[in-house]
Amino acid sequence: MSGGAADSGLHERTLADLAEGLATGEFSSCELTEALLARIDRHGTTLNAFITVTAGQALEQAAQADKVRASGDAGRLTGLPIVHKDIFCTEGVLTSCGSRILDNFVSPYDATVVERLSAAGMIMLGKTNMDEFAMGSSTESSYFGPVNNPWNTQRSPGGSSGGSAAAVAARLVPAATGTDTGGSIRQPAALTGTTGIKPTYGRVSRYGMVAFASSLDQAGVITRSAEDAAMLLGVMAGCDSRDSTSADHPVPDYVAALAKPLKELRVGIVRQHFDEGLDEKCADAVRTALRTLEEAGAKLVEVDLPNIDLSVPTYYVVAPAECSSNLSRFDGVRFGHRAGDPQDLLDLYCRSRGEGFGAEVKRRIMTGTYVLSAGYYDAYYLKAQKVRQLISQDFKDAFESVDVIAGPTAPTTAFAIGEKTDDPITMYLNDIYTIGANLAGLPGISVPCGLIDGMPAGLQLVGPHFGEGTILACAHQYQQLTDWHTRCPEDFA
Amino acid sequence: MSLTKDQVQHIAILARLRLEESEFDDVVDKLSRIVDFVDQLQAAPADDVLPMAHPLNMAQRLRTDEVTETNGRDYFQENAPLTEGGYYLVPKVIE
Repeated sequence: MSGGAADSGLHERTLADLAEGLATGEFSSCELTEALLARIDRHGTTLNAFITVTAGQALEQAAQADKVRASGDAGRLTGLPIVHKDIFCTEGVLTSCGSRILDNFVSPYDATVVERLSAAGMIMLGKTNMDEFAMGSSTESSYFGPVNNPWNTQRSPGGSSGGSAAAVAARLVPAATGTDTGGSIRQPAALTGTTGIKPTYGRVSRYGMVAFASSLDQAGVITRSAEDAAMLLGVMAGCDSRDSTSADHPVPDYVAALAKPLKELRVGIVRQHFDEGLDEKCADAVRTALRTLEEAGAKLVEVDLPNIDLSVPTYYVVAPAECSSNLSRFDGVRFGHRAGDPQDLLDLYCRSRGEGFGAEVKRRIMTGTYVLSAGYYDAYYLKAQKVRQLISQDFKDAFESVDVIAGPTAPTTAFAIGEKTDDPITMYLNDIYTIGANLAGLPGISVPCGLIDGMPAGLQLVGPHFGEGTILACAHQYQQLTDWHTRCPEDFA
Repeated sequence: MSLTKDQVQHIAILARLRLEESEFDDVVDKLSRIVDFVDQLQAAPADDVLPMAHPLNMAQRLRTDEVTETNGRDYFQENAPLTEGGYYLVPKVIE
């Protein structure tokens, strides 16, 4: 390849565009992989977006993909690069989940998401940094240090999929997987100017995805466009016999669904979303985006989610309760960190966990233990599950009269690293607009809708259960009318 | 503070977490703030509401009772901190 790998310009292209280039023989998967690995090498340290880079393995896979293509058996994704959040198990590769307790864990198997993307011919370039066990909204709780936002490296990229979002925003890779329990794909996508989709609960298998809160966790992707997200979701989605909560529901052609025009689309605007707490400039950016949808033929309808203000406190009972149960498997016995010289079994458990978990994870385990403990269960856990039902019903009622619900993804643009670490509640409120979709199991997508003082803002679109096709189409049509998703942080152009 | 240091110590033991003395004040403070924050749920009128069990109200799928996995003990134990003869080792439990 002429001109050297690093300035090939391949990093500027979307997944759909790269697929075209591979198909026409403009470049090979080996050339593409080398170009992106060189970019990761050059910028990776500045951003701290990666925990592991799998260069050797990636080059082997790329060579294999080129052979498959030469033999005429290539699919649309064959030879295209992707990175995985370090929460997905990858056989033979460190799967740390951003934690000290798993900093020596080499997974013996692949997550279904990893397996399916790999079977489609995609090349894994590495594993991305994240909040420890996906618990955080800033990627500051990672044992491997915080991730820096490519738009301003003093600021957070959001979280917990902050490494994935930063890598895509900085054009180190065209696509990355993520997980979203309370906003962990959509909020970092908003804060980094990328597109991030959290599918319906159960749409994508959770097998091999380290569990945080099992009734809320869902896997998705962060990309540069809704079109790219549609290409990947079609491969990731679908029933999996190894995850009994994965939905036995047909997977539509999401790429074909993108063509659906905005005309006649009923877009719900939630009254409560524009109350206090939302930065005025973010509100303006979202209002402008809504006008764009309206001018293209969408019908804006005001809707009410009367209990949505209770979504964050509800989440901070349900999620920690499930986390305290899920994380009991880390005991220093079968895998992961084990404390030295234990006095007895209790000491082995307590010190392995005390040393292995970071401060935020400990707080969540303890919050969950408290709300599930004798005498408090009814007051907290049971009550939260009742309120969750109310919130879920509010969404159902709203979807009687609208096709999608649109609003802000996050209350502000990216905040400074260290700004919100002293008060957990301030950090939790970052997810005020995203958590509702997790509680109700609904799909949501965040798309870039403006730059405020040089930092990206996001528009969130939430759909009814299995309405991925609708929100992807709405996002795609919006991206045909705007160019916010094509903007690149200056230092990474 | 809605939680006392004794309560936090009790929760930590239930959760099998050893907290260092230097961590305590911070944990008591932040955990109390979280509990105070979620306490606003108490005021929500939801007495007659059925608690939510699952986002999709799906029925649990059953599979046929067939052998699908083979024994991968040695492979899985490559991640174990301490094993002997195929067993995981822990400190002596029975005197």
